[in-house]
Amino acid sequence: MSAPAHTTVSPPDHDICISVRSVTRVFGKRVVLENVDLAVRLGEIFGLLGPSGAGKTTLVRLICGLDLPNRGEIRLLGVPMPRLDMFGRIGYMAQSDALYNELTARENLTFFASLYGMRGAALKRRIAGLAELLRLRDDLNKPVHQYSGGMKRRLSLAIALVHEPEVLVLDEPTVGIDPELRASIWEELRRLSARGVTVLVTTHVMDEAEKCDRLAMIRNGGIIACGTPDELKRAAGGQSMEEAFLHFGGAAS
Amino acid sequence: MRIRALALRIIRQFWKDKRTLALMLVAPLLVLTLVKLVLDVDDIAPRIGVAGAPTAMAETLAETGAEVTVYDDVAAAMRDLEDLELDAVVALENGRPRVTLEGSSPTRNAAVMRTLQQAMRTLVPGGRTVEPVIAYLHGSENRDLFDFYGSMLVGFFSFFFVFIVAGVSFLRERTSGTLQRLLATPLRRWEVVAGYLLGFGLFTAIQATIVVWFATRVLGIALEGSFGLVLLANLFIVLSALTLGTLMSAFANNEFQVFQFIPLVVVPQVFFCGLIDLETMPEWLQTVGHALPLYYGAKAMQAIMLRGAGWGDIAADVAVLVGFSLAFALLNVLALRKHRAI
Repeated sequence: MSAPAHTTVSPPDHDICISVRSVTRVFGKRVVLENVDLAVRLGEIFGLLGPSGAGKTTLVRLICGLDLPNRGEIRLLGVPMPRLDMFGRIGYMAQSDALYNELTARENLTFFASLYGMRGAALKRRIAGLAELLRLRDDLNKPVHQYSGGMKRRLSLAIALVHEPEVLVLDEPTVGIDPELRASIWEELRRLSARGVTVLVTTHVMDEAEKCDRLAMIRNGGIIACGTPDELKRAAGGQSMEEAFLHFGGAAS
Repeated sequence: MRIRALALRIIRQFWKDKRTLALMLVAPLLVLTLVKLVLDVDDIAPRIGVAGAPTAMAETLAETGAEVTVYDDVAAAMRDLEDLELDAVVALENGRPRVTLEGSSPTRNAAVMRTLQQAMRTLVPGGRTVEPVIAYLHGSENRDLFDFYGSMLVGFFSFFFVFIVAGVSFLRERTSGTLQRLLATPLRRWEVVAGYLLGFGLFTAIQATIVVWFATRVLGIALEGSFGLVLLANLFIVLSALTLGTLMSAFANNEFQVFQFIPLVVVPQVFFCGLIDLETMPEWLQTVGHALPLYYGAKAMQAIMLRGAGWGDIAADVAVLVGFSLAFALLNVLALRKHRAI
């Protein structure tokens, strides 16, 4: 794998939230990630852009501590991963909605919150606040199987946020969500980021990548470029993210 | 054309699922082999204790195919009968033979009676035989096959349905992605298993209770021991089914594959849970039985329901069941490593 085509000056250590160093992950004979380096700063919205099958989900699972790399090291908030107690500081939203369809939204939220040790009046307030934020207030007591796809996605996000994590890891958060709701979710991610929450988002949608503070382009298990959207576009000499991606992708293969 | 395309797709799909393929082809052979091994057996040689009777009687019984032990006094023979060392004791009482049958197994009762009648015909060729007095240590001649098999089927059906439901529901937790989501919280792996056992345990406990109640009170299966003890034994049987079911679901990718475990895991247990007399099987096959939880469960159920066994008699079997359950749960905790490294 060639060196990233574009590198930004690496930020000072105390500023780094997620640090991935020479990480390789192999499943059987298939090399899913090879020698990946990544540094995500505290409080930024960082995007992982790449086609499906590029290794985004594998990388995200490694960062959360759900999986172990074959080689390399991952640190989250300075702590080497995986660590069980770090799950309390991460909010994770998987690609598919992991919800209990038989239960109501409130029951789902209460269940996951209780796994983080939340209870009582504080929990009630938190659920009410999240329902307001994600426009689920009127549907909190409906069983999830009556929910639309977009509502399920919002509920998944609410569950990822319920314990007020310092790091938010979202795997394709806006798949199957209408443009209006997508905009409102990004608005919320902005607000969280402004409050100091680090947000890591995977996507394969180019225009969504533009909304990130910085992003890494990932292809065939390697980072092919990393920088701000403007930096990447400029380096590729193109106008759009799509052109930039094709440019770096072509350079890497 | 469309039909051909469809057929080809199904064949391709099926070919890729090697396990389903193997199950369809191999499992019937396996089960058929088991049935043959189990049913293709010699007659049981009844074990008869002879106490205070003429040696001619002991000799004739032995010649007609019984395993005969001669005792000096009746009390010693009765003790062995109590300990299941014997199937029957023959003694002379006022010049008439008195036969005490152990009574809990109809097949063994029948074998004893058959041998006895044959022996009597040899001993008294004239035809005018002395009617022996028949007594039962447990139960009576009114006991039917259902009483005998029922005691084991109670445990078996409790086991079977808990196994299926536990397996499928734990699988659904996985396929719906919620297990993955659960593991992205500070929950420990053993906590996942324990939580599942606890939550599910409630329903299985209810199931075990209803089954025992229905079998003894509604169907009227003979119950010589205490109801509470049967319930306790059944609860532990169901616990082993619950832990085994959730463990097995870790090795299935869909509901269909959970059902594939029925012929592999559940059916063999039927053969070894006492429906068929274990001693008629080849020794290596008996050893297989000892590796299955239901063997111990059925043994305890049988002891309580047919022979009125107390806690002391079944404690060892219950301990083995608990051991199995712990091992299955522990293995499940390890199997969850597949989904989260720590």
